[in-house]
Amino acid sequence: MNKHVMDEAIGETRLDRNTQGVIGKGAPRYEGPLKVSGTAPYAYEHLGGEDVAYGFIVPASIAKGTITSVDTSEAEAIPGVLKVMSGEKIVRSASQPMAPAAQTIDGEVFHYNQPVALVIAETFEAARHASRLVKVEYSETEGRFDITNRHTVREPASMPMEPNQTRGDFEHAFAEAEVKFDQTYTTPSYQAAAMEPHASTAKWDGTHLTVWTSHQLLETAPGQLAKHTGIDEDKITVHSPYIGGGFGSKLGIGPDAIMAANASIAIGKPVKIALTRQNVFQATSRRGETVQRVRIGATKGGKITCFAHETDTTNSPGNGFFEPSGISSVFLYPGADRIISHNIVETDVLMASACRAPGEATGMLATEGALDELAESLGIDPVEFRRMNEPEVNPQNDKPFSSRRLMDCIEEGAKRFGWSDRPQKPASRREGEWLIGYGMASASRKNDLMEASAEIEMAADGRATVRTGMTDIGTGTYTILQQIAAEMLGLPLDMVDVELGDSRFAPSSGSGGSWGANSAGSSVYVASLALIRELASRIDADAETLTLKDGHAISGNRQIPFPDILKGESISVTGKIEPGKQAEETHQASYGAHFCEVGVNVVTGETRIRRLLTVGAAGRILNEKTATSQCYGGQIWGIGYALEEDLVIDKRNGLIVNHDLAEYHVPVHADVPKLDVVLLEDRDPHASPLAGKGIGELAIAGVGAAITNAIYNACGVRIRDYPATLDKVLAGLPDDYLTAA
Amino acid sequence: MRPFEYSRAQSVGEARTLGGRYIAGGTNLLDLMKLEVETPEKLVDITRLPLNEIKETEDGGLKIGALVTNSVLAADERIRENYEVLSRALLAGASGQLRNKASTGGNLLQRTRCGYFYETSRRCNKREPGSGCDAIGGFNRIHAILGASSNCIATHPSDMAVAMMALDAVVETQQADGHEREIPLKDFYRLPGDTPHIENELKEGELIVNIRLPKPKAGYHVYRKVRDRASYAFALVSVAAVIKTDGNTISEASIAFGGLAHKPWRDPKVEEMLIGETPKRKLFEDAADALLADAQGQGENDFKIPLARRTLISVLAEATQGA
Repeated sequence: MNKHVMDEAIGETRLDRNTQGVIGKGAPRYEGPLKVSGTAPYAYEHLGGEDVAYGFIVPASIAKGTITSVDTSEAEAIPGVLKVMSGEKIVRSASQPMAPAAQTIDGEVFHYNQPVALVIAETFEAARHASRLVKVEYSETEGRFDITNRHTVREPASMPMEPNQTRGDFEHAFAEAEVKFDQTYTTPSYQAAAMEPHASTAKWDGTHLTVWTSHQLLETAPGQLAKHTGIDEDKITVHSPYIGGGFGSKLGIGPDAIMAANASIAIGKPVKIALTRQNVFQATSRRGETVQRVRIGATKGGKITCFAHETDTTNSPGNGFFEPSGISSVFLYPGADRIISHNIVETDVLMASACRAPGEATGMLATEGALDELAESLGIDPVEFRRMNEPEVNPQNDKPFSSRRLMDCIEEGAKRFGWSDRPQKPASRREGEWLIGYGMASASRKNDLMEASAEIEMAADGRATVRTGMTDIGTGTYTILQQIAAEMLGLPLDMVDVELGDSRFAPSSGSGGSWGANSAGSSVYVASLALIRELASRIDADAETLTLKDGHAISGNRQIPFPDILKGESISVTGKIEPGKQAEETHQASYGAHFCEVGVNVVTGETRIRRLLTVGAAGRILNEKTATSQCYGGQIWGIGYALEEDLVIDKRNGLIVNHDLAEYHVPVHADVPKLDVVLLEDRDPHASPLAGKGIGELAIAGVGAAITNAIYNACGVRIRDYPATLDKVLAGLPDDYLTAA
Repeated sequence: MRPFEYSRAQSVGEARTLGGRYIAGGTNLLDLMKLEVETPEKLVDITRLPLNEIKETEDGGLKIGALVTNSVLAADERIRENYEVLSRALLAGASGQLRNKASTGGNLLQRTRCGYFYETSRRCNKREPGSGCDAIGGFNRIHAILGASSNCIATHPSDMAVAMMALDAVVETQQADGHEREIPLKDFYRLPGDTPHIENELKEGELIVNIRLPKPKAGYHVYRKVRDRASYAFALVSVAAVIKTDGNTISEASIAFGGLAHKPWRDPKVEEMLIGETPKRKLFEDAADALLADAQGQGENDFKIPLARRTLISVLAEATQGA
């Protein structure tokens, strides 16, 4: 195994030399033709010609209590029904990311619509029909559904961040501060809402279990399935080559995969389970709602002196995962005295877990709004206020930033957007019924490098195949791995193939936390170097100085085609990347800035986005097109956070009321204006051998606050209770705005 | 979804005699059947019936076949020229894909989007008469502020029906026994009262065959829909208005409202207040106050009262500008 540990900053690499000229280019998606022609098989589409059975979940009709009886007789009498499973094989929801297993129900109901049984039948229709005939009786107990009641408050786990980080004496510093800012912001619960609902096909053939599932993280999946099925991990293969979005909800093994596997074992033939959209809302995971108190002390001149960001968020019994709203507050703004803290308020609602930029997505809705409010009260432009408060080192521990181009992003954005032309006062610019406002916000996304490995096989004809247990959830992983291998090995793109999504391949980081490209890409980099060393040794050349281009090795006055080096043999090497001292010695994050222009309707309080610009700096950009598309996605989700998304939990009974995409609103095309994304030239030699950083979730961070800051600038209404639906805006609009312009 | 019997009718007469729930586009009924909110034992597919034409009537109006799709209706030149409010309302509803499937007759019969109607483990008098109403005291952001009862606070979700209400549309039906009748749309829908499961005047087996529009109403046509996102969302408040001004006087006014009640809402006294008057802000405010005199919020939807008021005032100002 060829391994690179990220202990030292990386120097110049073959990617910088850019000999093949493909890295960074907007290469088209490797798997694009398969997807648009409907020939990329998704999890549910496997075993098309085989005799398979179908599973359908029976949801609980209460939120909290004990299952006293399950009568399956009526269901089992339906023609085509093979079995009704209940008891210990049924799981509450998906598992937490990287957890050993999902939580089983153990005869209890932990949340409304939790799975309580599974009907397996010869047809989907019979399974669905019979699911309604399973008679479940309960002994119901009182549940906790409201974060503000704080019935049970407990410490979070240390995932996904250290929940409590303090420095100095904040309370004292705040009491002494010349200017005090103290506001509370709330964000609702969210559904990840990937386009492809969770789905699995499982086949137990008596000796081996094969599962095709829509899943972001393959490395842990066989082990999780082993725990649930009792099958040895080495007899389990998981495939996930194509995934219609995950957004965090497919990092832990899904209830569909677990129950399909157990159903196949139970009946001896393959079983398919596709969650309905309602199931996805009821039985996978969600983002916890938050109540966030932000306190900032500053001098009258505008210097931040102390910073506190305290978050309440929810999760269900047995779950330590928490929405880490303070994740950016640790390092983004200065203050010698600091509190970043999180509490879990336990509720009897579907498990909360990772969802689209855990932490930044909710936390920066609060802090970037707070910065805007504080800047205004100090009479300082929000751009200038950030410039005045740009820390030299990580304010939490005085460690250096690996690279930080926040102010470059803000200044570039301000220039491109025409920030200097913004309305100086709220409600001062009007076009007919529309009040026009500008808003801006910073973006930051913590960078993580994860262990990852990849194999590269070069066939005798010089063609290379990259194989790794990495996934591509629609982000462009196939394409960037192809580009990295092609650039490193000096091959045209069409001479490199990429195979992903198979648990038998070299284990990789999976797609989550914006770490996929950097981690999996670095493993391909390491494997490529090993392959280059092997090629060099065969022609007695120096690997360092060997030039590789268009399938030739060029050394001195020799130019040798790869097939002539390989002489009829193929070569296979594996490379591995591991995080190292750089992650400890430097603080690593991607940075950006958002600028938004909105119109707020004076009659109705409706907000429409008119312009949205995001400038980002995330180290080396591997593919300009896929990176930009990632940012478009982030901006669009940000529109949802600002204006629409709200997973409604009935506080009386725990029901998720709007459990479909008709009533759970995410942005539609008409909500999205022309989007602008600019990616600054950047290298971060501390972050990875690629000198890149995570970009997937960068553009989500803070963008919602740029929108609500623009709403304030447009009409003078501050939104602290997300989303900014028209009723909340309307409540602050004076009647006289109705007078025609 | 429960198993059901399916048959396809070739004529209106056959459809009536087959007996069962009629299905056309299925854009609402199928979703409800999958969730077992609706559990018909028999479906009669009427999509092959010859009811997909828009014909001119002797009195200068239009007769719209019940199976004309929402897309075709919205795009029809006669509708666009003479019944703009209807075309606009149609295009403000659903999505392009849904409008391609949804029929004119079916659109009138859409069921409410109340979350508790959809969740079969909760109480709903509309789905299960006598069980109770969980929307009262629950999440009722989209619910009614006018004409609700202690049994049901649901709203009717159609945009098309609101415009048709303003246009004085008439529903032509054939009853199970072949008897034909005409029901003015203003009499077609019912308020929930203590029978919210009965939403309209159709009798068992009665089939909508046409919707008739009287001759065009002159004046300024507006359909203003206020919603939680820019498209593909049901109305929180909508206003369909046709207003005619002569000189500086309002001479005719037809105004209907969506999102406020169990049915598309039309209040004659609001129109009477406007007709013969000079358009001005005070008049509009008085009309809006009259409309909402009996309005009652349910908590989450209290905002609809000021929203409806402001929207009506704005629509009236727009429709009478220049007068």
